[in-house]
Amino acid sequence: MKGLLDKQFEHGGVIITRLDDLINWARLSSMFPMTFGIACCAFEFMVTGTTVYDMDRFGMAPRASPRQADVMIVAGTVTFKMADRIRRLYEQMAEPRYVISMGSCSNCGGPYWQHGYHVVKGVDRIIPVDVYVPGCPPRPEALIGGFLKLQEKIRSESLMAPAVLQKIMKKEKSNA
Amino acid sequence: MRDHDHFFSVVNAVCKVEVRRDDATTPKTIIVSAEDIPAVCSLLQSDPSCYFDMLSCVTGLDNGLDAGTMEVVYNLYSIPFNAHLMIRTTVPRDNPELPSVSGVYKTAEWHEREVFDLYGIRFTGHPDLRRILLPADWEGYPLRKDYKHQEYYRGVRVEY
Repeated sequence: MKGLLDKQFEHGGVIITRLDDLINWARLSSMFPMTFGIACCAFEFMVTGTTVYDMDRFGMAPRASPRQADVMIVAGTVTFKMADRIRRLYEQMAEPRYVISMGSCSNCGGPYWQHGYHVVKGVDRIIPVDVYVPGCPPRPEALIGGFLKLQEKIRSESLMAPAVLQKIMKKEKSNA
Repeated sequence: MRDHDHFFSVVNAVCKVEVRRDDATTPKTIIVSAEDIPAVCSLLQSDPSCYFDMLSCVTGLDNGLDAGTMEVVYNLYSIPFNAHLMIRTTVPRDNPELPSVSGVYKTAEWHEREVFDLYGIRFTGHPDLRRILLPADWEGYPLRKDYKHQEYYRGVRVEY
């Protein structure tokens, strides 16, 4: 059986799709994560990029600049000293931007939840998080599971009702 | 010759205040008073029979409110003689201050900053005594026994 790309388009082939689907497909097929790791989870993140797990098949190639990145993977323990930097990096990213919280530390403080005076008890106290990946550290398979969840989330987005805009409008409504 | 007795006699000669020793620890310890620390380190480093040319670590210790004291521990190592030595000193908890050894061992600069950062022990004569691990605007000294962390840091709640 021949696939879509095996067909010839030069004879006036037409594809009809929804604009939302097209844009979402483009977005979820090339989520560039920021090259950024803060603790041991970063190693699992690095392994995810190797040939064995092949992050590239999701169109994901790490970008060294937040301005060119779509996804921030918070891979590790977020200390209060690091928190300001993470927030600034997130603010430098262009919309649409997504955040994956990887591992127990960035989910909820992890093993430092009780006596870790220096650890932010969850990166969601600083920046909004789209997908939480549990584990300490999560295996590359788990992180890839997180990518798939994020793809699912992007797939359900709509240009007519962007989630960010709706959030802002809801906030303004509650403030008024 | 280069045993603990020898190091003890070398240290004893330079100290103004009485020196004690503790042979039960590993490495063996010499306990000196705080004001003698730079002189002791300087001599141990330069004396050809000791030559403790490396400061492996500087550690702070809080003995708690009841004891009312804090300690600073210096771990010295002599590379040519393959000898280890521990120097300990006690400072009062309400005014923890002692002279810096950064003039003798350059590496002490950052070690002492760490002790200052986590215990609030001040080292007089230190060229740049400020926090090294925690943010500059952090409140309190976390490894003290009576440490209570602040409720919020820059608007983020610290407690779980």
